[in-house]
Amino acid sequence: MPHDHADDAPPHSLLPPDPELRVKALETLLTRKGLIDPAALDEIIETYAHKVGPRNGAAVVARAWIDPDFRKRLLKDATAAVAEMGFTGRQGEHVVAVENTPEQHNMVVCTLCSCYPWPLLGIPPGWYKSDAYRARAVREPRKVLADFGLTLPEGQRVRVWDSTAEVRYLVLPMRPVGTEGLDESALAALVSRDAMIGTALAEAPT
Amino acid sequence: MSRVHDMGGRFGDGPVRPEPKDAPVFARDWHGRALAVTLAAGALGQWTLDRSRFARECLAPADYLAFSYYEKWLAGLADLLVAQGVVTRDELAGADPAPSPLAERRLRAESVAGALARGGPVVRDGPASRFGPGDRVRTRRPARNLAVTGGHTRLPGYAAGLHGVVERVHGCHVFPDTNAHGLGERPEPLYTVVFDAADVWGRAEVPGDTVSCDLWESYLEPET
Repeated sequence: MPHDHADDAPPHSLLPPDPELRVKALETLLTRKGLIDPAALDEIIETYAHKVGPRNGAAVVARAWIDPDFRKRLLKDATAAVAEMGFTGRQGEHVVAVENTPEQHNMVVCTLCSCYPWPLLGIPPGWYKSDAYRARAVREPRKVLADFGLTLPEGQRVRVWDSTAEVRYLVLPMRPVGTEGLDESALAALVSRDAMIGTALAEAPT
Repeated sequence: MSRVHDMGGRFGDGPVRPEPKDAPVFARDWHGRALAVTLAAGALGQWTLDRSRFARECLAPADYLAFSYYEKWLAGLADLLVAQGVVTRDELAGADPAPSPLAERRLRAESVAGALARGGPVVRDGPASRFGPGDRVRTRRPARNLAVTGGHTRLPGYAAGLHGVVERVHGCHVFPDTNAHGLGERPEPLYTVVFDAADVWGRAEVPGDTVSCDLWESYLEPET
């Protein structure tokens, strides 16, 4: 790679310094070479800005709460279980669901980059990709949870899942008390993105 | 041994700052554009996902730390485009672009939904797994690519040389250490290996806390 053995400045340094202009320069160059279709870029942005996001994951969690057979399938083979609901694709090719219990709280990180289950949660938030989260989540998960205002009860272990391969993890939060009468969509509304990463709990009904 | 991206356990980064719940997916318009250009360029099929991760890891530490997230993507992409001969340095610097023979592979708007929904599964046929759930293993030390000096690996530095227990067997997955360097997919069994936080860090925040990594078989040896 350039930095390791070339005397030349790395290619990226040839682009304009302002990041917005840098994107524009790359997009223009690749379009003029016939390598990208700007309409395809619009389609990708539209997909992740509005179509694929944490509502998908929340629907999975709500179904697991009300349907014991689905929950079993989800914990056994989450890739197949979420595909039943139409959630497949890029950065969600191999999914594992990990269930929070009174004994164990699960929390997901990618220390090496930013691996994240896109078909279920969309594009990761800034904090998930931040150096602070990547560096600290594995070493001091409870202090990181405190940054989110979350303190776990005594006696609950923490498991941090470092996503070092192409397996993508979905945390299945515990169902809040007092939700017995709620239907699937009302339950899904209690499940935040952060609850499915493990930096929050499912919300209590109001 | 390590590169700048391998930051698990590092001290000094300060608090994690969660965004407000209603924060947009792309904080700036160009963030979405950077993601889309990267995905569309990847669809030309001139590099693997492992190779693109390695391109970002190869940024000089000073750049890696100074760049925001999508700036790293853009820099990695620019370096890859030149390294793979898709564009020239002169073109990046503003010279008139020549038409590319890869143009027929261009990702079209109508193909985007299908391509994103298909993704790129990495499970392959491969050797039988040597370890099973409950087996005690030791991770290789140091964490390094055995075939390429300074090459791509997914064994984090903090997890090198540790005793752990195999919890799950995921079947055979494409091996990033070779796939990132054009050395083939060479699928290997992949395992979730669990470590006691006290073994990793010297002291756990609370005894009994654990950390797990997903590790390929050649990162592991039986515990002796």
